[in-house]
Amino acid sequence: MLVDLRILRFDPERDEKPHWDTYSVESGPMARVLDLLHQVKWEEDGTLTFRRSCAHGVCGSDAMLINGRNRLACKVRVDQLGRRVSVAPLPGMRVIKDLVVDMEPFFDQYKSVKPFLVNEEPEPERERLQSPKERARYDDTTKCILCAACTTACPSFWAQPSFVGPAAIVNAHRFIFDSRDHASDERLEILADEDGVWRCRTIFNCTDACPRGIHITQAILEVSNAVVERRG
Amino acid sequence: MTVPERQVHEFPAVIVGAGGAGLWAALELAREGIDTAVLTKLYPTRSHTGAAQGGICAALGNHEEDHWEWHMFDTVKGGDYLVDQDAAEVLAREAIETVLELEHMGLPFNRTPDGKIDQRRFGGHTRNFGEAPVRRSCFAADRTGHMILQTLYQQCIKFGVRFFDEYHVVDLIIEGGETRGVVAYRIADGEMHVFRSPAVLLATGGFGRMFRITSNAHALTGDGPALAYRHGIPLEDMEFYQFHPTGIVGIGILLSEAARGEGGYLRNDAGERFMEKYAPKLMELGPRDVISRAMYLEVREGRGIGGGDYVHLDLTHLGRAVIEAKLPDITEFARVYQGIEPITQPVPVQPTAHYAMGGIPTDVMARVVIDEKNTALPGLYAAGECACVSVHGANRLGTNSLIDILVFGRRAGRDMARHVRRNGVPDVPADVAEPVRAELEALRTRPVGENPNHIRAELASVMMDECGVFRTGTSLVRAYNVVCDLKDRYRRAQVQDRGRVFNTDLLEARELGYLLDCAEATVMSAMARTESRGGHYREDYPQRDDTEWLQHSLAYRTEGRPEMRYKPVSITHFEPKPRTY
Repeated sequence: MLVDLRILRFDPERDEKPHWDTYSVESGPMARVLDLLHQVKWEEDGTLTFRRSCAHGVCGSDAMLINGRNRLACKVRVDQLGRRVSVAPLPGMRVIKDLVVDMEPFFDQYKSVKPFLVNEEPEPERERLQSPKERARYDDTTKCILCAACTTACPSFWAQPSFVGPAAIVNAHRFIFDSRDHASDERLEILADEDGVWRCRTIFNCTDACPRGIHITQAILEVSNAVVERRG
Repeated sequence: MTVPERQVHEFPAVIVGAGGAGLWAALELAREGIDTAVLTKLYPTRSHTGAAQGGICAALGNHEEDHWEWHMFDTVKGGDYLVDQDAAEVLAREAIETVLELEHMGLPFNRTPDGKIDQRRFGGHTRNFGEAPVRRSCFAADRTGHMILQTLYQQCIKFGVRFFDEYHVVDLIIEGGETRGVVAYRIADGEMHVFRSPAVLLATGGFGRMFRITSNAHALTGDGPALAYRHGIPLEDMEFYQFHPTGIVGIGILLSEAARGEGGYLRNDAGERFMEKYAPKLMELGPRDVISRAMYLEVREGRGIGGGDYVHLDLTHLGRAVIEAKLPDITEFARVYQGIEPITQPVPVQPTAHYAMGGIPTDVMARVVIDEKNTALPGLYAAGECACVSVHGANRLGTNSLIDILVFGRRAGRDMARHVRRNGVPDVPADVAEPVRAELEALRTRPVGENPNHIRAELASVMMDECGVFRTGTSLVRAYNVVCDLKDRYRRAQVQDRGRVFNTDLLEARELGYLLDCAEATVMSAMARTESRGGHYREDYPQRDDTEWLQHSLAYRTEGRPEMRYKPVSITHFEPKPRTY
């Protein structure tokens, strides 16, 4: 099927401001948006610029705005979009070139919530024990691939870019509810800040955007509740 | 032209690549208080370690009796006796402490009812030297690699590792017989950066992108091996490339062996579990080379599904609960990429180019060695898929890649720490980046020429068709001639993007050059080896030949054909025996 592919282009070395380019691309039965982008780049216009690596939804490189929703280009089948496909960079981020945005602020927010296990007790000879139930408590938030689809779909983040954002809270959740971790208090303190969990307005855009199906809004609520409980 | 001072960096240790091997090495160094730079052409969490699904083997014995000696034996036999047994011993012994350390770092392993790390079966892993399958693979659902990558990155943040994200390493600095650093191209602005360092670890991963159907990420273009090769370092055992049996038809995305570990069947067009004929004892849990060949033979004899070039992976008897709890990711892959519902429908699969057993030769401390006598090149290290230590020999067992990258990444970090305590940051010539800068400039500004993407597509096709699961002398000569022709055409390739900011057109063309070098070494090594062993199957020489070929190949780059040399295999425990499953 012949698809009209519109791409929001911006080359800082040539363009004053972003503009739409349209390409007519032949799409195979199981083709994904990433395949179309490659087709344009490899056969038509080598200057088209985007990030990608694994091409099957686990590395998180190719999150972009596709027909108005944040998704991974390698995970969206063209036949589910129809004959008109429009692709733009993730909203709310500084554009470096075409579909490539500056990810540094996003990773800084991630790092701000101490996204690592803290347990200063001497390590046992064997594994630390954790029951299947304790393990299941934080399973959902271990799936995050840091693609930024959630954070950049969040109106609270658009309005206030200093908001730590859904992805960082998801990664805090992953440790706060891990029975082996000892730094919940510090993380909850960080997230009780004005740029922490309270900026969430439970709009659910993050949950809709997540390519891993993480129940993000639920995770944010659980963290908010923990903040409240801690204050007692 | 010299690089401006602000773009010259000094670090006691530099690591190229931020997958499992690179990150664990960085962590070892950082914990010792050594200022360590990790350079990656992606962001660390994009590395392909994250795509590994099934698990990581260690003889923990959490469910049933197990011993590292059994794991070592399986590794040696799985590798068709080309494995260096001193290295396999290190792997199997240190696997245990390595997995426990991962747990201590916070990795969310699945758990047994009593809270220990859960373990499951995996291809080729057995109890008591081949008796029956054993539960050795430790796992976190079917996203074990994702959790390893996340956990190591998290720990690197905790210990203050310095990351240079989206810095593409384009040259090694080796002067006076020692390592002095690397040259990198910053993708954001096209500026050259020089990293002076006495210790450099190459941890750049594989080069599956030389094949048309592959499970590998687009980033896996053999950068480390090709750069080493260009500096006169040989590439070891390049003829051994693994084709994983269960790739999604046409696009190669992997459906983990965990699907068979949990009890999935492979069926031909008649609905038969055809592995009965090829590996009666282990069936679908036989090693990957054996199963991939069996699938090709079924297809060749007309028993592919509907006469086509694929077979079925059947999970339908496992039931919804098992599939959804233990295999969620691969279930989703089948749904998204094939429109198949694995709970009720069999999944079409075909072999996909998956893993390089060969690579940059190293010793068990991950030091790069450059000849038949295993002479080390001071300060240069390699670990992970880009390296050949060799724990996988002629065929790698499932889960052994994850344990390889961690055991030897860890060893690399520890040996680098020793090395940098004795060696300061070396001098480098002021114009050290000039040759590679000039190469990149020539490529970026060439006014006319061929589209490099066409060269890449032709390379991928010829490697798949002539240097794949089955090979013959004739097919390899054809492949060699095509690769030579493509290398010639590559010298005249032209990119369209002339910009300096985030020029991925230029970098993809650069990567194609690396793939061509890796392909040249692969085809030459395969042509020379007139026997069949593990992943290298010659239809004109179908038998393994231990008298002539129980040795590692070393391919050296020359102006013309690569020069082949050979070195002996380390045999410490297990004498070669016929390999049956």
